[in-house]
Amino acid sequence: MEHEELIPVRDFCVHHNIEYSFISSLQDSGLIQITSLQSTTFIQADDLHKLEKFIRLYYELDINIEGIETINYLLDKIEDLQRELKNLSNKIEV
Amino acid sequence: MDFVDYYKTLGIPKDASADDIKKAYRKLARKLHPDLNPNDKDAHKKFQQINEANEVLSDPEKRKKYDQYGQDWKHADQYEKAKQQKSHDFGGGGFGGANYGDYTYSSGDDGAFSDFFESLFGGAGGRKNKTKYRGQDYSAELHVPLTDAYTTHKQTLTVNGKNVRITIPAGIENGQVIRLKTYGSPGANGGPNGDLLITFVVNNDTAFRRDGNDLFKTENIDLYTALLGGDKTIETLNGKIKLKVAEGTQNGTKLRLKGKGFPVYKQEGEFGDLYITWNVKIPTHLTAKQKELFTELQNISS
Repeated sequence: MEHEELIPVRDFCVHHNIEYSFISSLQDSGLIQITSLQSTTFIQADDLHKLEKFIRLYYELDINIEGIETINYLLDKIEDLQRELKNLSNKIEV
Repeated sequence: MDFVDYYKTLGIPKDASADDIKKAYRKLARKLHPDLNPNDKDAHKKFQQINEANEVLSDPEKRKKYDQYGQDWKHADQYEKAKQQKSHDFGGGGFGGANYGDYTYSSGDDGAFSDFFESLFGGAGGRKNKTKYRGQDYSAELHVPLTDAYTTHKQTLTVNGKNVRITIPAGIENGQVIRLKTYGSPGANGGPNGDLLITFVVNNDTAFRRDGNDLFKTENIDLYTALLGGDKTIETLNGKIKLKVAEGTQNGTKLRLKGKGFPVYKQEGEFGDLYITWNVKIPTHLTAKQKELFTELQNISS
């Protein structure tokens, strides 16, 4: 794993004005992964867009961690179904 | 331009309290938020509308101004005058969406506010760059004819003033999304740039039907070739090929031509199959001579 792909959790929390506990709750739920290197915690850059989505759900829509977990699961399902629908409509294209 | 009824957008009466407005907005936002409605343009548009309504009605000053205009709305002349003055003060709004030849792109955000809002309050209102860390993603739609998708090719896109040269691998699928990392809007506070997400719309400009890597086509053969066998030259996406038609070929017979289909995405040199269905054309308007010969055939066959 490249170091430049890791974002210090502390920096991220400062810029988003969020509590560290929110990030660790997401990790506890298995929604994101936190990497520890020399007593500093990092998040992966690839996880950022997902993480920012969770922040919006939590802070803008007042959805708690359990709700985010459920939504995340359902969104994955929607994505699969949309992909399947696209494949099927490609198949029946005249 | 039409008057926008922000109260109606949020489904609240004109005397709604600040708390009622907040509640109504939150309720609708939970239903229409873009994060909860992936690939749903209609929901995104509605979300933009409720955002705009909330921006105005949750701000006491804006609400007051809006209520005044609402009452005077029929005085179109005054309004137009005010609008002209305002349009000098404010340039274009946010980064909504734009058409650039055969592709379109838009920011991942909820876009610019309506003309009505901009005329009344100027600029793009609350749509200031909200980037706190990672930049916003841009999405683009790129239209590619099927014949182009058959080969790997390069294309240059202009996204937000920057030229982006991309390689489109052969075998791209209709609806497939490619994420170009860091080609989105710039990050803030040392955060990474957003990404550019390109959705490919592959338009079939051929006579073939495509299903994944396989191609399908129905070809006509005449009755005599079907009965006696013979050769038939057909077009593929990669040139013409001559096929043998077996003696006594039935109508609807399927033929599988291995490796003559569509290229497999990112698997160089690998191709799907081409399926040909023979459609035997029965002759119509027989001449007297043909009729006589067919009758003879019928008699000796029964």
